[in-house]
Amino acid sequence: MARQIGLSVARLEERALLRGQMKYLDDLELPGQLHVAFLRSEHAHARITRLDVTRARALPGVHAVITMEDMERALGRVRMPLSASPTKATAAITPYILSGTEVAFVGEAIAMAIADSRHIAEAAVDLMEIEYAPLPVIMSARDAVPDTAPRVRTEASSNVFNRMHVNYGDIDAAFADAPHVFQEDMLQHRGCGHPMETRGVIAEPRMDGTMNVWSSTQMPHDIHQGILEVLGLEDDALRVITPEVGGGFGPKYCAYPEELAVPAAARMLGRTLKWVEDRREHCLTAVQERDQFWSLEIAVEADGRIRGLRGSLIHDQGAYALKAVNLPYNSATAVPGPYMVPALDMRVIITFTNKVPASSVRGAGYPQAAFAMERLMDLVAQRLGLDRAEVRRRNLIPPEKMPYTKPLKARSGAPVTYDSGDYIASQKEALEAAGWDGFADRQLEARKQGRYIGIGLANAVKGTGRGPFESGTVRVNPSGQVSIFTGAAAMGQGIKTTLAQICAEQLGLTADKVTVICGDTVAAPLGLGGFASRQLVTAGNTVLLAATEVAQKAKKLASHMLEADIEDLELVDGKVRVKGSDVSVTLAELARVLRGSPGYAFPPGLDPSLQSDAKWQTEALTYSNTTHVAEVEVDVDLAQVKILRYIALQDVGVRVNPMIVEGQIRGGIAHGIGNALFEQMIYDDEGQPLTTTFADYLLPTAPELPRFETLYRDTPSPINPLGAKGVGEVGTIPVTAAIISAIEDALAPFDIRIQQTPVLPETLFHLISTARARGLPRP
Amino acid sequence: MKQDLTLTVNGVSYTRAVEPRVNLGDFLRHDLGLTGTHFGCEHGICGACTVLVDSATLRSCLMFAVQAQGCEVTTVEGLSDAQGPLHPIQQAFRDQHALQCGFCTPGMLLTVVELLGENPDPSEAEVRDAISGNICRCTGYQPIVDAALQAARTLKGGTR
Repeated sequence: MARQIGLSVARLEERALLRGQMKYLDDLELPGQLHVAFLRSEHAHARITRLDVTRARALPGVHAVITMEDMERALGRVRMPLSASPTKATAAITPYILSGTEVAFVGEAIAMAIADSRHIAEAAVDLMEIEYAPLPVIMSARDAVPDTAPRVRTEASSNVFNRMHVNYGDIDAAFADAPHVFQEDMLQHRGCGHPMETRGVIAEPRMDGTMNVWSSTQMPHDIHQGILEVLGLEDDALRVITPEVGGGFGPKYCAYPEELAVPAAARMLGRTLKWVEDRREHCLTAVQERDQFWSLEIAVEADGRIRGLRGSLIHDQGAYALKAVNLPYNSATAVPGPYMVPALDMRVIITFTNKVPASSVRGAGYPQAAFAMERLMDLVAQRLGLDRAEVRRRNLIPPEKMPYTKPLKARSGAPVTYDSGDYIASQKEALEAAGWDGFADRQLEARKQGRYIGIGLANAVKGTGRGPFESGTVRVNPSGQVSIFTGAAAMGQGIKTTLAQICAEQLGLTADKVTVICGDTVAAPLGLGGFASRQLVTAGNTVLLAATEVAQKAKKLASHMLEADIEDLELVDGKVRVKGSDVSVTLAELARVLRGSPGYAFPPGLDPSLQSDAKWQTEALTYSNTTHVAEVEVDVDLAQVKILRYIALQDVGVRVNPMIVEGQIRGGIAHGIGNALFEQMIYDDEGQPLTTTFADYLLPTAPELPRFETLYRDTPSPINPLGAKGVGEVGTIPVTAAIISAIEDALAPFDIRIQQTPVLPETLFHLISTARARGLPRP
Repeated sequence: MKQDLTLTVNGVSYTRAVEPRVNLGDFLRHDLGLTGTHFGCEHGICGACTVLVDSATLRSCLMFAVQAQGCEVTTVEGLSDAQGPLHPIQQAFRDQHALQCGFCTPGMLLTVVELLGENPDPSEAEVRDAISGNICRCTGYQPIVDAALQAARTLKGGTR
C-alpha cells in the first residue's frame, strides 16, 4: 500500500483554478435568469411608515417587486426558521425574510426588485419610496443590559437574549485566601469574515415542480432544510448545490434571509432568479464577530500558579440570531485554555443591539478566550516580576496528565477532555526557535539606538472535529475511477484533495484517481458542512472507514476470481494483486462484476456495487494546541507596528497533506494579524456603519505581513482512527494575544497596558501620547 | 443606447454592442463568457478583477467596457492554452501552493505578469509592494511572494 497520507499532493482542482476555469456562483448563467436587488434599511432602528413601490414596478425591465406583505401571502410566514442546531430558544429572535413594519439594523432587507439585469434591479430599488420614523438606537451591548434601556426591537420583552453561567470548582475558596488577585477589563472586537467571494444565491424552479438552488455557502444541508420548511416543498423536490466557493471564514456558516427570499420569489414568479451580494452588502448583512466586554479576576499563588478565575462577559449579538448562539459559550468555556485552572466562574450576558447579527468568524469565540487568558498571564508575570514564559510553564497542563478532563461540558454534553499533546514542550520549542532567552539583551541594545522592539507569546488550544458525524460514500466506478460523495463542504481550503488522499491510500491508488463530490444534497443527502475545524476529522475518518471497507470487498471478490486467499492479496496501482506475483485483477473489472448482469448471481457472500457508505461518529472534540511568538518593532512617533518575526508552532495531529496544513495555518495567522492591528467594523452613534468599503475596513495586505516561521509537532489524536486534529482555525486563535503582548513589551518604557483588540494606530498613538504626557519614558 | 465596441481579448478580436454603463469586467464575464475575471469588491480596492489592458494592469470594475475600444486585453484565460502547459507564473503558483479558494488568483497572476515584465529580478519587498493592491484572505501572501520569485527565476533562466 503506497503512502498517500503525509504527502504534499497538489490540489486536485488547482490547474482549473489557475486557468480561471472554475465556476463560482456568479459564473453560473442559467437560461432566462432574472436578477434580484434588495431595498435595505437606511436606519439602525425605525418604524417603516410608508413604502410605495409603484414607480419601481413600472420601470421597463422590472418583472416584480416583492414586499413583506407579498411574502407573507405566499408563504404564510414572515420569519426565518432557526436553522441548524436544536435549541430551547423560544423568543422571536430570527430575522424576517423581508421586513415590513420595523427595521432593527442598517442593511436589513425590506423589499426585492426582480428585473432583466442587475442594473435595472438596482435602478428599481432606487425608485422605491420609503419613509421611516426613527426609534431609539442601542449601539453598545453594555447599554442594552439595563431593564430601563429602550428595546432594540419593539417586539422584544428584553434586550437580554440569554444569560449563561459557566462554572466549576470552589471559586470562593480560590479567591478567599489567595496571595494575589489581579483584575483586568478588556474590549474585544473581531470584525467581518470577508471571503473574497461574497455570498450569492440562484434559484431555479423546474417544470416538474421541483427546484434547484445554488448557494455560496458552508452549509448546503442547512439551507436545504430551511427552504423545505419555508416553502413547504416535499423533501425530494429540492436540490441545493454549492458551486466552487471563494472562501468561507464563517459568514457562509449561516442561512440568511436572502437564501430563502430568492427561492421563495422564484417560486412565486416561476422564474430563475439570481442574487449576488456586493461588498457593501457583505459589510451590512453578513455575520460578524463583534464587541465582547470582558471583566476578569485571577487568583494566584505566590509563585504564579492559578487558583481560580472569575468574571463576566457581555456579548453583542446584533439585532437578531440566525442560529443558536454558541459564540459566547465557546469563549467562556475556552478561557482556561491549555492551563490548569482549578476553579472557574464565568457569567455571560448576551444582548441584542441595533447591528447586523453576530455569528462565527474563523475561530468562533476562541481567539477572544485566548486573548483574555493570555493577557492575564502577562499581567501575573508583570505584577510578580516573573518571566512571561515561566508563569505560563508553571500553569500549562503537563504531558503526564493527558488525557486531561476539565469539569466542563462540550455542546454535545460530553466532558471537555484534552486528548493529547505536550503543551510544555510545545512552548519550549517555540521559544527556542524565537530566541526568547536572548531577547532581553537585543531589546536593550535596540533601545540604546532609540528603537522599541518587543516580543510576545501566546498559547492556545482549539477543540476541533465537532461531530456528531459527517457523511461519506466511496465508490469504485466501472471505469476504475473512484468517487467520494460527502456532506463535507469545500470552501477553498483543499478538503477534497485531503479526502482523496485518505481514500487513495486504502485502495492502492494516487489521489488524482479520486473525484470528490461535495456540496450537493442529492449526491450526499446527509451532511453537516464546514465549520469548527471539523471536516478533516469527521469526513476524513468516515472516508477512511468507507475506503477500508471497499478495499476489503475488492479483495473478497478478487479472491474468488483469482482463486487466492484474501491474506495473499494486496491493492496496488488500481489492481488487486496476489503478493509477489503478476496475477491481478483491476478495480475496474471488480466494479464491473459488482455492477451485476441480468440474471447472473453474485459470487457467494458479495452484494451489489464496489461501494461503501460510512458515518464515523464522535461526541468528543480532539484538541489541537499551539504556541505563537511574535517579535515587533513600534515606531513610537507614528504608532506603527512592524512585525519583525512570527513563529508559530502547532500540534495538529497527523498532517494528511502538510502543504495544505501549512496553507491553512499561514492564512489563519494572517487573519489573526488583521484582528490584532487592522480590522474593525465601525458604527457611529446612530448605528450607521462607517466601514463599508475595503478602503475603510482594512484587511492585511502583503507589505504588512512578515514571513511566518512554522513548526509542527505531530502528536496523533488517540480518539480517531486517522489520528487527525483540526487545522482551519488553529492559526488564528493566539495571534491577537501574541502581537499585543509583543507591542506591550516593546513599549515597556512607556508603561502602557493594552486591554483591547484591535489596536489601531490611532489607539496606540493615543496611549503613547498619554504616557509621554506623564513624562514617560524616563530618561 | 448601446454602442459598438471592438477590442482584442486574449488575441481574439470581438465586436459587440454594449451599454455605456457596463464595466469592462461585466463585459468580459457576461458578454464574452470569460468568467475567470472575478469581482471581489467592485470598488477598485481588492484587485481580484485585475486584467491587462495594453499590457498594463487595470481594475476591470473601474473601467467602462466602451473605454477599451481598440485595446488589447489579457485575462487569466489568455495566460496559457487550456490543453497545454501552464504559464511559468501559473506553474510557480501551483508549485508554491499560492492559492486556496482561487478567487483572488486571476488578479494576482496578472499583477505578477506586469511586475516581472517591468522588473525581471524583483526583491521580496518589491514583490510585496507590487501585490499590495490585491487582497488575499486565504494564504497570508507568503506563497504568492515565493511564487513570484520562483517565476522570476524561471523566466530569467529561459527554461521555458
